[in-house]
Amino acid sequence: MNRAARIAVFAVGALGLAIAFLLAFDALPHFGTESHPYGDRSVRAAVAQKTSNVVTSLAFDQRGFDTVGEEFILVLAVLGGTLLLRAREDEREDDSDDAPRSPEVADAVRLTGYLAMPITLLLGGYLVVHGALSPGGGFQGGVALATAIHLLYVAGDYQALDKLRPVPLFKATEAAGVSAYVAIGLAAIATGSAFLTNVLPLGSYQKLASAGTVPLLNAAVGVAVLSSVVVLLSEFLEQTHVVRAEGDA
Amino acid sequence: MTVGYVVAGWLFLIGVYGIVVSRDLVHSIVCLSVAQSSTYVLLLAVGYRDHATAPVFGDIPSNPHVVDPVVQSLVFTDIVVSATVTALLLALAVQAKKRAGTRNPDDLSELRG
Amino acid sequence: MSLLLDLAFLLVAAAGTSVVLNRDAIGQALALAVFGLTFTVLALVLQAPDVALSMLVVGSAIVPMLVLLAIASGRKQSPEDTP
Repeated sequence: MNRAARIAVFAVGALGLAIAFLLAFDALPHFGTESHPYGDRSVRAAVAQKTSNVVTSLAFDQRGFDTVGEEFILVLAVLGGTLLLRAREDEREDDSDDAPRSPEVADAVRLTGYLAMPITLLLGGYLVVHGALSPGGGFQGGVALATAIHLLYVAGDYQALDKLRPVPLFKATEAAGVSAYVAIGLAAIATGSAFLTNVLPLGSYQKLASAGTVPLLNAAVGVAVLSSVVVLLSEFLEQTHVVRAEGDA
Repeated sequence: MTVGYVVAGWLFLIGVYGIVVSRDLVHSIVCLSVAQSSTYVLLLAVGYRDHATAPVFGDIPSNPHVVDPVVQSLVFTDIVVSATVTALLLALAVQAKKRAGTRNPDDLSELRG
Repeated sequence: MSLLLDLAFLLVAAAGTSVVLNRDAIGQALALAVFGLTFTVLALVLQAPDVALSMLVVGSAIVPMLVLLAIASGRKQSPEDTP
């Protein structure tokens, strides 16, 4: 349908949806209500499992199976992106050393990037390791670590990043991270419980080695997410800097 | 009728409006990302509890008065995962530009073998 | 507290509207980064630190970078499109 018809159909639909939203929002419990029965029970369960961060306990312990699904969506999306961005027959990859280099980066950007990189690496590692104790976890820490690595690209140029970031290694660690998550879940079956049951000793509150399998699962997810984001960004960076159509200089 | 719920509905509708009137695939993908964020706003607003704190404890609590942690666990994994799905869509947009020479969805309507 | 909440919600709505109404490609990537920042502040005010961390690293760093790279590779293919 042409553009005008599309906008007209949208206008009708949006009006109906807006009315439906307003009716639905009137029927919801009022904002800030005291009644959250599921939340109260999950807080009690998290305290019983000696996990300080209730949200991480929910994601990796009480509803750990959902996180397996999320992990697989992540890996499949990266796989799809890699497949879509392969070089075609009429393209070649120009990663020789005399390829045109990016323009010079401003000194302020370079200094800030090089200073921020070790700090962000440390922060990302902290978020992954302390996922069960304070806000954080494998997902946030993994993405923070990947951002730290790409500060090399922001502060320097693509060739600097490419030399220091071996993509096959990250593809291997991505697979290793997801497999480790599933393996920890299967290890619970070996002890006679269900998949992903928290079978390790729970330890004492607020210690690093508490909450059973949650720190291990956090580490597996952190490695998998870090590797996935690095692989994904490497595909996009190659498209911009390396892949050339046949016939270009 | 609280501001939070209305903002969630507004973000969804404006995101879909952006997709409908877009002339560039990358613009419509970013508007899709805004529409996804509307669900996060709605979930967080539903989970809020007046005068409550974050669901993270420093010591075993005697009377935990915290916001609902269940909706937060749904939202925080979804943010990271939907970013990678956005990347998949952007890869599609990159390939569309390479093969058809344009990113305008109105010009991309034919399937070419 | 209620005023702060309302303000945070309205800021997110304004940032989201600016993302959609922005036609320029690079401007839109920057508007998306600002939207991520306002959503992070909203998540903090709604007492959700995990969500705030997630949105900060993803919405202000990774997704705008992906958008800029997608646009840049398109410009490499057909340089006559650059403004």
